[in-house]
Amino acid sequence: MHTVVIGVIGADVHAVGNKIIEHVLKKHGFNVVNIGVLSSQEDFINAAIETDAKAILVSSLYGHGEMDCKYMKENCEEAGLGHVKLYVGGNIVVGKQDFKEVEARFKKMGFDRVYPPGADIEEAAEQLKEDLGSP
Amino acid sequence: MSVHLLVDFGSTYTKLVAVDLEKEEIVGTSRSMTTVKTDVLEGFNLALEKLEKAHPDMGEITAISACSSAAGGLKMAAIGLVEELTAEAAKRACLGAGALVNHVYSHHLSKKEIKELKQANIDIILLAGGTDGGNKECIIHNAKKLAEAKLDVPVIVAGNKDAEDEIDEIFAAAGTEYYIVDNVMPKLRELHVESAKEVIRKIFITKIIEGKGIKKAEQKTGEIIMPTPEAVLQAAELLAKGHEDEEGLGELMVIDIGGATTDVHTIGRGLPKRTEVILKGLQEPFAKRTVEGDLGVRHSANALLSIVSPFGFRKYYREPDAEEDDKLDDDFFENGVKKRQEQIDYLPESDEEKAFDRALARICTDYSMSRHVGSVEVVHTPLGNMYYQTGKDLTSMKYVIGTGGVLIFNEDAKAILREVQHKSDKKLELRPTDSEFLIDEMYIMSAMGLLGQKHPKLALKLLKRHLR
Repeated sequence: MHTVVIGVIGADVHAVGNKIIEHVLKKHGFNVVNIGVLSSQEDFINAAIETDAKAILVSSLYGHGEMDCKYMKENCEEAGLGHVKLYVGGNIVVGKQDFKEVEARFKKMGFDRVYPPGADIEEAAEQLKEDLGSP
Repeated sequence: MSVHLLVDFGSTYTKLVAVDLEKEEIVGTSRSMTTVKTDVLEGFNLALEKLEKAHPDMGEITAISACSSAAGGLKMAAIGLVEELTAEAAKRACLGAGALVNHVYSHHLSKKEIKELKQANIDIILLAGGTDGGNKECIIHNAKKLAEAKLDVPVIVAGNKDAEDEIDEIFAAAGTEYYIVDNVMPKLRELHVESAKEVIRKIFITKIIEGKGIKKAEQKTGEIIMPTPEAVLQAAELLAKGHEDEEGLGELMVIDIGGATTDVHTIGRGLPKRTEVILKGLQEPFAKRTVEGDLGVRHSANALLSIVSPFGFRKYYREPDAEEDDKLDDDFFENGVKKRQEQIDYLPESDEEKAFDRALARICTDYSMSRHVGSVEVVHTPLGNMYYQTGKDLTSMKYVIGTGGVLIFNEDAKAILREVQHKSDKKLELRPTDSEFLIDEMYIMSAMGLLGQKHPKLALKLLKRHLR
């Protein structure tokens, strides 16, 4: 069973979507470590180290995700987690922007998968299986 | 009449408390210097003579229980993976078992750290790392390093259970003395220290006290059952929770100011009191102990002065409402500190010297509190202000209990304890705000922790009667 860390980054307290993601990923057979809302990059990274997670899934719904996710990949590498897949999804930028550009920006920041508002978590679960392979 | 004798082999004094089991009362107490360097029984016998002389009609001693913090107490090293997670969980397990933890390591042990461990004169090592099913590479690496180092120190393994079998082989092959117990952090942020604590106590009873020359006392006293700080923590827990129909006091805190260290124990959940406060970090133990190795009124007096500076010291020395006193120069403080550090059994006579001791104790209280309590941080979110809480919220603690020589013998002990509520200028600390202060006037906390093992109800009654 693969372990994945999920949580809501920054000063964001949207708890409902976070619970749905936990529920769906568990149903798909992942060992889900949910660090909940108001989580810092450090919280994600520490959790991933201790639990030997293969992916970190960052949620953000309040528009400031881009700032909160800055240097997350670099910080993961610094902590020896360069091999860990990084996903991000939600309302991750300020205002309405073209998602293609947003996706490109986050990929450049080192995220492996980027999801727009309203993305289907079932779909993400399938892609996660694809990326991580069989445990 | 049958008397249960409770013995505490302390770092400075061997203290006795005699309890009459039928009359349900304390017959008397006595103390004498601890004589661990020659024969630990000398001090014990002297104290017992004193007790018998003062209470010639004392009944027959039918049982003896003892705890010890002599010869430096129990010294442990805690090793984990992430500093704030398994390393912290390991440290809390050690502290909860009454140990002094001056060495905490995280991530992969380096050669330098192994060297440090070799020189540190450690009694037990607690090795953690990884949640169950989580990272096992690091704890296995550290186990190998410890096995190679041939430290001759028992190692308790309390990490990722997936790594157990491999570590078992590593230590068995190297001939290391080791014990495998439950993970101190089986799931992220979940603290589980009971089984580690149990083994720490077992090793303490069977091996550590022997190495420190205290084992000999067992000929007279029966088994020394725990380190003194654990006895105090057990007394505090009993007093808070109550026993059967004898009610406890509810959430409480115990501050024990000693010559070398200051211990703070709190019994209580310490959860956030308001809904907009979100709890962060590792789970807190219900019975939590922290110990500050640099805060003490004799051995550590010099460290106190360097923490607060002579300027800061004046604030603690002055009466709360008094004017600034320019007559006191820096030498006055330095000499006062030096005297106490050189003569650890020094007892103040004059008012001035008593005030000096009080100032030292106030610093210990204020700083140990700052390090023990939780704090809140404000986060500005689009939904308004939210708050992070790390550690325990102790604002509604009902009782603060003071123990340790300097508090017991100072006439103005409650002025010292009031430092608990001292407002910090650094961060929003969740200190007790409106508690009642009690003093362990007869110095019986650790003794009642021991008595509570066999007679919890009686120990509870006596605690409630004698804390004032």
